[in-house]
Amino acid sequence: MDLSVSTRTEGDRTVVIVAGEIDVYTAPKLREQLIDLVGAGSYHLIVDMESVEFLDSTGLGVLVGGLKRVRAHDGSLRLVCTQERILKIFRITGLTKVFPIHSSVEDALAATD
Amino acid sequence: MATLELQLSPHRSHVRTARLVAGALARQVGLDDIVVDEVKLAVGEVCSRAVRLHEQHAPTTFVVVTFCDQPDLAVSVRDACPVTTAVSADMGALPVATADGAFGPALALAVVAGLVDDVAVEPDPDGSGGTRVMLRWPRPRAS
Repeated sequence: MDLSVSTRTEGDRTVVIVAGEIDVYTAPKLREQLIDLVGAGSYHLIVDMESVEFLDSTGLGVLVGGLKRVRAHDGSLRLVCTQERILKIFRITGLTKVFPIHSSVEDALAATD
Repeated sequence: MATLELQLSPHRSHVRTARLVAGALARQVGLDDIVVDEVKLAVGEVCSRAVRLHEQHAPTTFVVVTFCDQPDLAVSVRDACPVTTAVSADMGALPVATADGAFGPALALAVVAGLVDDVAVEPDPDGSGGTRVMLRWPRPRAS
């Protein structure tokens, strides 16, 4: 599978580092990871997309699903992404208005809103 | 005649193959890197939609992807699944997500409509009862 997901905790936040391609085949793996994290009580997630080489609408759906899950626990899901080719699909679908998108993990960790 | 044709058994792992073929042809016809990425994303979205429909309704039938590189780069994806609602390439409103956040095949077409100027969605002329989605990108003109 061309997708790897790893995590680290920073205080009450969990940074989820995603690398590779998120598409119709690999997206379920990310979905399961997000479900497991929320199930284990991690409600403030930062998804680092800087090593993501491809993202399609299935991947977007998984991220939206993750956002809904954490919000059910008053949590947050922030993205770290500076790659224009990945940001493009967020722009086309209007999801740049839905996800806070940061240019670095440090930035995302510092955000309080 | 078609430059290339892929018959995909409806497994999600094959969508990447179709993307990579699309990207290779897009580079061959001289499209720039940004457009090559758009070709891969658009073809991937259309194939993902078709594969997901086939998983549910036609799991033993191929999704057929045809590529032509003259006069322009044209990609057609044919599926064999009747759709009960009108299939439209209009952006319109985004489809509502299901309870677990999974968007259905209609979002794939919405993304494609936002990426590709020349998209045509019509009933499959080969009479499979499904849909043919045609995507087209002009070849760069020699300067």
